[in-house]
Amino acid sequence: MSLVLDVFSIAAICAGAFFFLAGTAGLLRFPDALTRLHALTKADNLGLGLVVLGLLPRAGGVLPALKLIAIWLLVLLASAIVSQLIGRAARRESRLQ
Amino acid sequence: MSWTLALEAGLAALVLGVAVWTLSVRQTFAAVVAFVVYGLALTLVWVRLSALDVALTEAAIGSGLTGVLLLGAAARLRATEADAVAERPGAGVRAAAAALAALVALALAAAVLYLPEPAHTLAPAAMAELPATGMRNAVTGVLMAYRAADTLLEKVVVLISLIGVWSLAQDKLWGGRPGLLHHADPDGALAFLARRLPPVGIVAGIYIAWLGADQPGGAFPGGTIIAAMWLLAMMAGVTDAPPISRRWLRLVLVAGPAVFLAVGFSGFFTAGAFLAYPVAYAKALIVVIEVGMVLTIAATLGLLMAGPPERSDKP
Amino acid sequence: MTGFLLAAAGFVLAMVALGLVRILRGPGNADRLMAAQLMGTGGIATLLLLGAATDVPATRDAALTLALLAIFATVAFVKGIPAADDPDRTQESE
Repeated sequence: MSLVLDVFSIAAICAGAFFFLAGTAGLLRFPDALTRLHALTKADNLGLGLVVLGLLPRAGGVLPALKLIAIWLLVLLASAIVSQLIGRAARRESRLQ
Repeated sequence: MSWTLALEAGLAALVLGVAVWTLSVRQTFAAVVAFVVYGLALTLVWVRLSALDVALTEAAIGSGLTGVLLLGAAARLRATEADAVAERPGAGVRAAAAALAALVALALAAAVLYLPEPAHTLAPAAMAELPATGMRNAVTGVLMAYRAADTLLEKVVVLISLIGVWSLAQDKLWGGRPGLLHHADPDGALAFLARRLPPVGIVAGIYIAWLGADQPGGAFPGGTIIAAMWLLAMMAGVTDAPPISRRWLRLVLVAGPAVFLAVGFSGFFTAGAFLAYPVAYAKALIVVIEVGMVLTIAATLGLLMAGPPERSDKP
Repeated sequence: MTGFLLAAAGFVLAMVALGLVRILRGPGNADRLMAAQLMGTGGIATLLLLGAATDVPATRDAALTLALLAIFATVAFVKGIPAADDPDRTQESE
């Protein structure tokens, strides 16, 4: 059983790391502040979510696992709002230029 | 090369790189952003050094609140920023500054590298007496029991600095509301965040303050998180900064040091010295002090960031 | 497993560092606004992986603090940009 859980953790964390890679690739390659914002907030959040998913079996109890999920939900909420705010600021900057 | 070493080397390189960038970038806003990133990266360093209490405080104050303070300073200095950037000290001054900085760096490196091995430490003695204080977290034990007088003085110093900030107000604005009025579209994203996040943040702050007795945490990081949530609500225009003449505000501000002093003086009667705790009630007394401290820290830090009164409260 | 978690933490950190190189330089302030979010999200992932690798559960509390403060810092940045006006930014004095 613990072998299955370990494989699951490794798979999820690898997938999470891949999304972080995708997010950074987007940051480096996308031409525009708005597109870079999209890469950052969408890919990195998914990466974090998969990392959290992979760490759930190792959390050591229901309460720590809930704490992990709470952290992820917090980051999700933050990214959703923050991408709105940054997007608006980016558009204003490009209009001013 | 082991993974740990590679990770730590990478982390050190990241922190140093961001630090160099912070110092060399020309625009103030960019420098402040880099400084906040530097503080967040430093949190990881503290975690690697097993100093989790410091890591919590670094994340809360060292990067978040200090960054906001610097942003406020940058905003006030914006009128003179062009002149400041254009000004360049002569080659002699720059050489002398470089020499002095290098000297200090060498002295610090020597001090760290030539520390006696094994280092002189009071750690075993401190850990031996810890159960008597009722705390299981050694850092909280040191802050609240062994060195409580120092902690009390720190809280008073923060309060005095707040009075210093208030003293920058114009005479006619004394007693008014700090900072400028913030507008936010009440249906917009920022107002939404400022309504949803603070309840969660306040619970998290209280949780971390409560945790400090047995695990890394404590009143200071907890209070700072609550202050950040209050500032968030103020920045979004969801709530307004209270006028500094309000009695309830001033009561909250002195609550922490007052409770601390009261417990300290009661120590004369219960345990024979200022700030001594009777062993049976040590934990209870420390918790009482920490409750006062969380309130005061949250209020003081929030008001420090809000700035001196800039709007009159009189109609 | 510990080695894998440490390697994953190092990888995420490297991704954050690469991203920061691009963002902190990025012409204009809009890019820089993202720096706190990037360091925050990446830092949280790194901390959670490190905490699992070293078996120190208190690291999760540091990650929680990092989350809250990164949000706060980003909002402060957005409000503090040296630029023109917008419904979420105008400040008035009386």
